[in-house]
Amino acid sequence: MADTVEIKTRIEAALPGATAEVEDTVGDSNHFRAVVTAPQFEGLSRIQQHKLINEIFEGELGGSIHALSIKTQVPDKESAPEAART
Amino acid sequence: MSDEISNELREHLAKLIDENEVILFMKGTPESPACGFSARTVAVLNALGRKYAAVDILPDPRIRQELSELSQWPTIPQLFVDGELIGGCDIVTEMYESGELASVMGVEQPAAEPEAVEPAPQAGSVQASGLQLENNL
Repeated sequence: MADTVEIKTRIEAALPGATAEVEDTVGDSNHFRAVVTAPQFEGLSRIQQHKLINEIFEGELGGSIHALSIKTQVPDKESAPEAART
Repeated sequence: MSDEISNELREHLAKLIDENEVILFMKGTPESPACGFSARTVAVLNALGRKYAAVDILPDPRIRQELSELSQWPTIPQLFVDGELIGGCDIVTEMYESGELASVMGVEQPAAEPEAVEPAPQAGSVQASGLQLENNL
C-alpha cells in the first residue's frame, strides 16, 4: 500500500528540482497518476524519462502499486523560478 | 536447468520483437483485452490501422518476467516498433495524441478518435436475434 504523499515525496527526493503531482485515481491506494516535471528529463526520450520514474519504484509497480500512470514534462525555462537556475 | 528455460524464453521473445515490425505484449488478446491499459493501447493501434502482432502474456507468468528483464520495463502492455520499446499505455496514448506514434509507425494520423475496445463479446446481438427467431417458432 502507498499513498499520494509518499509517492510524491519519493519522486521529488529521487529527482532533485522535480515537482510531482500525484492523485489516487480510483481511491483505492493502488492506482495512481503522477504528473512529473523534472529538469532531469531534458534531452531524454519519453521511454528514458519514464524509466527514471520506474526505477524509483522498482519491484513495486505491478505489485504493491498496481498502476502508476505517468506523464512527464520538462520544466518551462521561461517560468522557472530564479533559484532553480544554477 | 530453470536458467536454461528462462534463457530460451528470453531468446524467443527477443526473436519475436526482432521479427515483427510492430508487436504488442498485452494482457488478453486484441479481440478480448483483459486489462483496461491493454484495451486502451489496442484501441489506439486499431485507430492507426497498421497491422501488428500481439502476444498475450497471461498464460504463463514467466513471459512477463522475462519480457520485463529484456525491456527493463516493469508493466504491461509494452509496444515495440522496429525492435525498440516505444512504451506502455501512457506513452502510446500521449504519442498517438501528438501524432508521433503515426510517424514512428509510418502511417497517416487518423482524424477520428480511437474507438473503445470493450472486453464484452459482440456475439451478444447475434445470439439475441437467434433467440427472437426461436420465440417466433
